[in-house]
Amino acid sequence: MGDPLDGCNPPSDAHVLASNSQAQYSPEETAKHGEETMTPDGENDPTTTSKDKKLNGSNITITTETPEGKQAQVQENENDNEAENENQPGEGQTVVEEEEGKEEEERPPLPPRPPRTSGESSLTPFSPSSRPALQSRPTTAVASVEVHTRSFSDGLRGFFSIPGYRAISESLSITGLSTGQSTPAVRKASISESLIDDTSSLLSHAPHSNMDGDLAGLLADGMNAKSPAWKLLSTQAESGNPFEGIDDDDTSLANFEHEFDEIDAVDSKGENEEQLLVQFKAKFKHYMILSSAGKPIYSRHGDQNLINGYIGVIQTIISFYEEENDHLLGFVAGGTRFAIKIDGPLYFVAISKLGESDSQLRAQLDALYKQILSTLTLPTLTQLFSNRPNTDLRRPLDGTETLLSSLADTFTKGSPSALLSALECLKVRKSHRYIINNTLLKTRTKSLLYGLIVAGGRLVSVVRPKRHSLHPSDLQLIFNMLFEAEGIKAGGGENWIPICLPAFNNKGYLYMYVSFIDANHDDETSDKQSTTTNDDDDRDDEIAVILISTNKESFFELKDMRDDLVKQLRKNGSMEIIKTAVSQGRPSTTDIVPGTPLKHFLYKSRANVQFTMPSFSPNFTSTIKRRRLMSLYHELHASTHVKYSPVKVLHNVSRDSSALAWITADFEFYCVAGPKASRAALTEGADKVIKWMKREEERVFIIGGAVF
Amino acid sequence: MATRPGARGGNSRFAQFKLVLLGESAVGKSSIVLRFVKDQFDSYRESTIGAAFLTQTISLDDNTTVKFEIWDTAGQERYKSLAPMYYRNANCAVVVYDITQASSLDKAKQWVKELQRQANENIIIALAGNKLDLVGEHPDKRAIQTADAEAYAKEAGLLFFETSAKTAENVRELFTSIAKKLPLDQAGPRNPRSGGRGGVELRPSEAPGTQGPGCAC
Repeated sequence: MGDPLDGCNPPSDAHVLASNSQAQYSPEETAKHGEETMTPDGENDPTTTSKDKKLNGSNITITTETPEGKQAQVQENENDNEAENENQPGEGQTVVEEEEGKEEEERPPLPPRPPRTSGESSLTPFSPSSRPALQSRPTTAVASVEVHTRSFSDGLRGFFSIPGYRAISESLSITGLSTGQSTPAVRKASISESLIDDTSSLLSHAPHSNMDGDLAGLLADGMNAKSPAWKLLSTQAESGNPFEGIDDDDTSLANFEHEFDEIDAVDSKGENEEQLLVQFKAKFKHYMILSSAGKPIYSRHGDQNLINGYIGVIQTIISFYEEENDHLLGFVAGGTRFAIKIDGPLYFVAISKLGESDSQLRAQLDALYKQILSTLTLPTLTQLFSNRPNTDLRRPLDGTETLLSSLADTFTKGSPSALLSALECLKVRKSHRYIINNTLLKTRTKSLLYGLIVAGGRLVSVVRPKRHSLHPSDLQLIFNMLFEAEGIKAGGGENWIPICLPAFNNKGYLYMYVSFIDANHDDETSDKQSTTTNDDDDRDDEIAVILISTNKESFFELKDMRDDLVKQLRKNGSMEIIKTAVSQGRPSTTDIVPGTPLKHFLYKSRANVQFTMPSFSPNFTSTIKRRRLMSLYHELHASTHVKYSPVKVLHNVSRDSSALAWITADFEFYCVAGPKASRAALTEGADKVIKWMKREEERVFIIGGAVF
Repeated sequence: MATRPGARGGNSRFAQFKLVLLGESAVGKSSIVLRFVKDQFDSYRESTIGAAFLTQTISLDDNTTVKFEIWDTAGQERYKSLAPMYYRNANCAVVVYDITQASSLDKAKQWVKELQRQANENIIIALAGNKLDLVGEHPDKRAIQTADAEAYAKEAGLLFFETSAKTAENVRELFTSIAKKLPLDQAGPRNPRSGGRGGVELRPSEAPGTQGPGCAC
């Protein structure tokens, strides 16, 4: 709050945020909360007013999947503000209850809710709604939209779009909605509560009123349902690692390590075709792009001779539906999901055996589309096809296949950034970031639109004009080009790249100056050419300066700015700070919360459109383990982002892991622990991480940024 | 124009020149530059995106130093409209073709024509037939005879070399002979910060695609 730049952010940002916030605050309240956020490490007052509490009216569904496949559920359907926002189906819900519903009838009644004791309040450290000042505050440097993460343009279809084994989590939201049918008492309670909610603050006196901000309290019932012996047993095993000891009997990801191997070209006589097809079909993920006329544009795997047949089939299927003006969105065959996205003259197809949801796959296809736009711009693309519907787009896109492939591979490996559509920032002290921001502002030249400093693939600082923010999807394209694809880094010079950033303006090019700074080259002068280290090993240590302008002739101006900037950063010690921060890498979960059973987590600040996570090591360093982790996150994300009445808190236990997702107006939190970790341990860990996040927020995230 | 020779104490001379590389995609422009600047080679180079700017200094003799500011441009058709920005004030150009691809010489000839028509009238142009290493092992891979290319170069008034970025053959020679042909003596004192570093001229010309409405900030 001490940052003088904070007040400069565009009002449009605040507007977007306001549309997502679920409660309005009087100026008085906002002021009060503003004070609270100034002491980020201060304990929250557990007696926060009920108005705050009602912020996150929650629809809580807890599922425990035992190895036998049986499910025990604890459900709470509170006053659901979210559902009100989202066209909740009317009172006469006829939503189908699936198997869970039947089992629900058999399960023993829930124990009575324990009264709220003072001892419990120590477990209620964090009430996200106690710092709503963030919402009325200008947003971060980074983006003005998509605070709400995903729009489900496909409506109802998205609702039913989760593959077979995920139907469990999907149906959660259904049963969550229909709780009233099976347990009329609860329904009655929730109705009366919502009445109270509308009129007074009495709600805060209800025993479970603190649910929204208090994860431990939320799940306390479930904990109490267990016998002490069971608890004792599970605490002993809590430290186990997820995804361990299952590699032998779980073949779902067998051969995943060959996923990124290239398939040879079909030889002239076509003799190896059969063998190549076997390789082709063994891939877990395919991305194909074709024109509506059926011309192949891109395929992640297989050369043209191999895929031509498939392209023809795909074109026929899609066109059949297009003629009926009934757009095909996707279908499932066995365990393989086909997602289809049509953008103007282009058909995008994703074929996945990795279990992403329809909307997640479609978001990936959208990123590929944006990569194409970033090369060509929308008017050029439109013009090419309106002049000649038969255009072969491969030629205009020549040289960018590697960018499409590196994007595709990022999705196949599993990218938290892509999943959450948020950015990761380098953690530095607030005062250090302030100095770096100011150095950027001081050295700014008149042609500059955006300036970024990126280290180890994480954003360090950003400078931008007041009225323009940077969209995560645009940054994803830039980061992919610079850090995932090899072309630019390997060149070893400074680069001047015409690029269209579709979320900023899909009609024209911007010009991007890129320079990688050799971290081990301190006495570099402006006259010496800047070089980048060529070894793949230290790619994570690279510091890049990215300067973007609308003026294509401004290369030398921006080059001078870069020289000046680097000189200043070296002089005021910031370069050293950045280098140290990068070399330290991400902390492990046990660095953050000593002794926690949590093995990994993702925390997304919705207002800042940024996320943070601990290091993947030591548990998720192998490609397969990492993919399992990411698949689990995708699953949690899918369940908490369905269009209708998404689940707010989800506890998911499976044979090989246990996980928790918690969605509030302020953040999304996902964490993973070993299969035996108790719910209590998970929630305690989650609470501690979130406490830590709150304390470290201004270090972990870029709040405000440098605005001119 | 962009030449900035100047006294550097004693009777040593220092000159700085702008050089641009042009040619069809995948003929090896970036590889030639990488060999010249860093003495490295990478068989799996990915396409250049946009253009890369590099510098390299060479000594012609004991008291003459020449610094090249090199624009390594992308060969794809879609970047063609940006090319004038890079060659506009260039003192020298290297037009590259692939001796195993007949069509790449035609493209090179187009570039030479364009340079002679549009670029600085004193521009020194060198023609480089790259991938000489490929025909060393398999002479039948050669698609363009040395004599044919040489005859064309002579007729058009170009320096000519057949090079291999992979083996480094003739790469340094190519740049050295360009440096020797450049007018070391006729330019004013070096003043890097004036007039946009003697670099690109700040005048508008058409962008690839439609130039966006820009930003009113």
